[in-house]
Amino acid sequence: MTEAILTLESVTKSFAGVHALTHGALELRAGEVTALIGENGAGKSTLVKILTGVYRPDGGTIRLRGQPVAVTSAAHARSLGITAIHQEAVVFDDLTVAENIFIEDRPRTRLGAVDWALMATRSRAILKELESDLDPTTPMRQLSVAQKHLVQIARALSVDARVVIMDEPTAALSHREIEDLLAIVRRLRAEGRAILFISHKFDEIEAIADSYAVFRDGAAVGAGRLAQTSRDELVALMVGRPVGQVFPKTEAKIGPPVLEAQGLTRLPEFEGIDFTLRRGEILGIYGLVGSGRSEMARAIFGVSQLGAGHLLLDGQAVRFAHPGQAIKAGIAYVPEDRQSQGAVLTLPIFQNVTLARLGHYAKAGFLSGRKERKTASILAQAMQLKAASLDQNVEELSGGNQQKVVIAKWLATDPKVLILDEPTKGIDVGSKAAVHRFMGALVRQGLAILMISSELPEVMGMADRILVMRRGRSVGLFERATATPETIIRAATDA
Amino acid sequence: MSLSIEQLAADVRADREVHSARKRPFMRWEWLLLLVVLATFGLNSWASPYFLDPYTLSDLTYNFTEKAIVALPMALLIIAREIDISVAGIMALASVAMGMTAAAGYGLPAIVAMGVLAGLLCGALNGALVTLFKVPAIVATIGTMSLYRGIAYAVLGDKVLKAYPPDFAYFGQGYAFSLVSFELVLFLALALVSGIVLHFTVVGRRIVAIGSNPTAALFSGIRVERYRFWLFTLTGGAAGLASVLLTSRLGSTRPSIAVGWELDIITITILGGVSILGGKGSIVGVVLAALLMGLVTFGLGLLNVPGIVMSIVVGGLLIGVIALPILFRQMRAARRGT
Amino acid sequence: MRLHKIDRDVGLFVITLLLLGGVALKFPDFITPRSLADLLDDTAILVLLALGQMLVLLTRAVDLSVAANLALTGMLVALLNQAHPGWGVLPVVILSPLIGALLGAFNGVLVWKLKIPSIVVTLGTLSVYRGAVYVASGGAWVNSNQMSESFLGFIRTQMLGLTVLSWLAVVGVILFALALRLSVTGRNFYAAGGNPGAATYAGIDVGWMQFLAFTASGAIAGLAGYLWVSRFAVAYTDVAQGFELQVIAACVIGGVSISGGVGTVAGVVLGALFLGIIKNALPLVGVSPFWQMAISGLVITIAVILNARGDHSSPRRILEEARP
Repeated sequence: MTEAILTLESVTKSFAGVHALTHGALELRAGEVTALIGENGAGKSTLVKILTGVYRPDGGTIRLRGQPVAVTSAAHARSLGITAIHQEAVVFDDLTVAENIFIEDRPRTRLGAVDWALMATRSRAILKELESDLDPTTPMRQLSVAQKHLVQIARALSVDARVVIMDEPTAALSHREIEDLLAIVRRLRAEGRAILFISHKFDEIEAIADSYAVFRDGAAVGAGRLAQTSRDELVALMVGRPVGQVFPKTEAKIGPPVLEAQGLTRLPEFEGIDFTLRRGEILGIYGLVGSGRSEMARAIFGVSQLGAGHLLLDGQAVRFAHPGQAIKAGIAYVPEDRQSQGAVLTLPIFQNVTLARLGHYAKAGFLSGRKERKTASILAQAMQLKAASLDQNVEELSGGNQQKVVIAKWLATDPKVLILDEPTKGIDVGSKAAVHRFMGALVRQGLAILMISSELPEVMGMADRILVMRRGRSVGLFERATATPETIIRAATDA
Repeated sequence: MSLSIEQLAADVRADREVHSARKRPFMRWEWLLLLVVLATFGLNSWASPYFLDPYTLSDLTYNFTEKAIVALPMALLIIAREIDISVAGIMALASVAMGMTAAAGYGLPAIVAMGVLAGLLCGALNGALVTLFKVPAIVATIGTMSLYRGIAYAVLGDKVLKAYPPDFAYFGQGYAFSLVSFELVLFLALALVSGIVLHFTVVGRRIVAIGSNPTAALFSGIRVERYRFWLFTLTGGAAGLASVLLTSRLGSTRPSIAVGWELDIITITILGGVSILGGKGSIVGVVLAALLMGLVTFGLGLLNVPGIVMSIVVGGLLIGVIALPILFRQMRAARRGT
Repeated sequence: MRLHKIDRDVGLFVITLLLLGGVALKFPDFITPRSLADLLDDTAILVLLALGQMLVLLTRAVDLSVAANLALTGMLVALLNQAHPGWGVLPVVILSPLIGALLGAFNGVLVWKLKIPSIVVTLGTLSVYRGAVYVASGGAWVNSNQMSESFLGFIRTQMLGLTVLSWLAVVGVILFALALRLSVTGRNFYAAGGNPGAATYAGIDVGWMQFLAFTASGAIAGLAGYLWVSRFAVAYTDVAQGFELQVIAACVIGGVSISGGVGTVAGVVLGALFLGIIKNALPLVGVSPFWQMAISGLVITIAVILNARGDHSSPRRILEEARP
């Protein structure tokens, strides 16, 4: 084993009396990738923010090469050789690639002026190291998410960071892009850097990490070599209890078609999509980011308009100019981005639940709080929502419980068709299982679910049939019984 | 198919009871405002022997009713995450429209209708800029503010319009009963309607939802752009109505009418506890804030403080009421931190 | 995007030239060196103020108090000059930006430390500062006969065919162009407003950058206070009333994004010149000065519509906290 570069010993942090971190312990070694694993709210982000100088710890010790250090600011962290690459590409869209790379320390001429020429040259060199021929003078806005991650990594290299923290870097990337990213991580490791890799995806962790650290409820609960640990053991550590079947697919009686799509087209997003969704069925839609899945869902729901094609609901041709019409017709859509599209964070739970069908709780326009609370209460129980009260604002809930509120909102509209767009993205294992169980219960009642997901195990575990999309086109429809991960991946990518 | 929620609840067994007992938080801001209003009232009656005279109190109401009438829809607009800086410009243009209608010899109903209509049209243009052309509201209405008042200047130059029929004076000078002015009654009625709409109806809930998260509101089937458009139009209409009252009270139209009122109107709204970031606010707060502004400026007037100096008080009030709570919170946090 | 921005500046330049040419076609005197120099002299204050406003807009804030700051500082230095005419112009030139910077810093502190939306802060200080002019002067005017010769003469001094006032604007433009391109602080204004969250991670204190922007905008407004009072040879409470809108208009026409992080010095200068040309051409073309406000209002409205077309970022970011 190599030497430990960075060690954390019983680091604590609390906010206004709430403990975010009670026992933060971690050991990062040169030339090693350490996976940081934990449910949402386990204290991972707090730990990252302490390491990058955004927060100051309340107690505990951080040692850098054996010496205790106090990271006082983002700039200080950088000067110590600690740098982070964040989940959403944290970049400056209106600045160039080169300035993004050197944003923390722009090269200067002898007179102290920003040296644009040198900045471009050095950027080109670093990008070449990462096997990219991106032009440093390109404005950031024109880059894809994956390219933006690359620029963030280049930023880490520009300061020769010895400790690189990657906070869910693959969350928004496609399969191919993840492969490229992992290749870069391997190169960084070979150069002797210590890497902290935070991810919810076990496949990636197993592919890249040498060791792991598991956090639960703000404390380190386990660490070790990954090779000697099974996936089940890790999951057990994370949740602190044995988990049963990960995907509790239950068989539901499949009935007649509810929603039929014929040649749905909205150029350049998607073209010629056909599918039939039946009562009691979960139709999975799998595809890489940018394959037009969410765009299609939004066009079905009336957020955007279809260019061509027909949509039949219970055999009747429909077309929605606005989500309100889709809701009335019995379609519900749980959008991809919970916080910005799904929940109204600053409103109480019960007002979120009733928002999509307010007229139902009103007489002559006047709302009945009693009716609203009744519906919200029943749904909250059904979804096993963990909240102090229905009057609690949604922002006070954990990510998983926020998602439950959003789903409850859509169930309250009494839909025939439920479209779920990445229903479990970024939520903890416990909530994930609750959402999956609930989906099973819904289809047993005869609801039809269209589930968009980038997580192959989820799609394969939950869906009765799987529609694969690539570059805006439908490239295959697989039955649950015959689908294999290989056939689906092959269809979704060019391979 | 009808989804039975009850059956679902039984289907997926609940392991936890969710209570709905907690009440809405105590409306601290409104109580604080009420205290300040009472204190100012006491201070005024102590500072001036004439203050408690019924005629003085009746006069006092003229000090804020016109602005407050515009502050009501402004509150709804700001709660919906928009803002209208052009309201005073709209008032000028509406006043010119009325003056010209009167000069052309039309009767009272036409004059009043013209004023309100001009306001509605100006508001609709603001709404169109924001919803159709996607111009940020603050920029759009900074532009139309100059446009509307500019048109008033262009039409009128240094002329004055005052060919109003005698009974036009009722709106701004008349009394509904005894010493209670028509303006006050109109304001209270509008405040009641606004309060009910905002706090108890579907429309109000949707406005709050739009201001809290426009995207989530859109995805929930709310016609966000349509609401925005009508809120701008409504605000314009209220400015037109306020212009009827003000023009009637002054008896004449000049292009400089109501100059700088947008500041007072927005100050009343913010002072009333409406969050400039949208999604939060109450009509009770706005009414109290309007009353407070009226009391403060009227009290200073009694003390012979010139109008321009009052603007220091108004501006200071706006910053003070927002800054002081934040300051206290920070100091408390700092003390707890050490 | 960079290309796009330059394209935009070029487009505005062409439009400005066309406007100038259009007027000159009918009134050739409009483009003699003499009248162009006059035009620059007349627009110099607007150019300077718009540069300061651009800094504030870059950081996702807005400064509505510039005209009130100008009036207050202008009155204070006019009173100083009246009381001590023998001190000459130097103390005035030094003091006016300092007073202005203090007034601007007050805005800045409220935005930086208390995180109050800038529009609320400056709407409040706008009226406080304006009221303070009255308090300071007791409502009286300071007329040209109460101003010393150097106070009035300094900005009118001719150098190489241009007035000192014009040269101040030229120097301001060059300084801003260099600082925003070549200094780290200058670049950080773009970063802070472009993505406040990312800026914080990159070690840039967004609140501090806003404070700097407000202080700079205030300093410029203060200097402009002297320039204005001297140029129009009078100081009173209502000086430059509503001028903040012209300043913001110059920025908006010049392509500065109200949502922060986007704007060029060239664009702002062209925006200010565009408004200046309209203002100076109107009387020539025989349009009553009463039309001026309506026309500039129309120009602003059209400019924001054109700007909004290309701006896909979320509206009203200026009212949101520029904090992560």
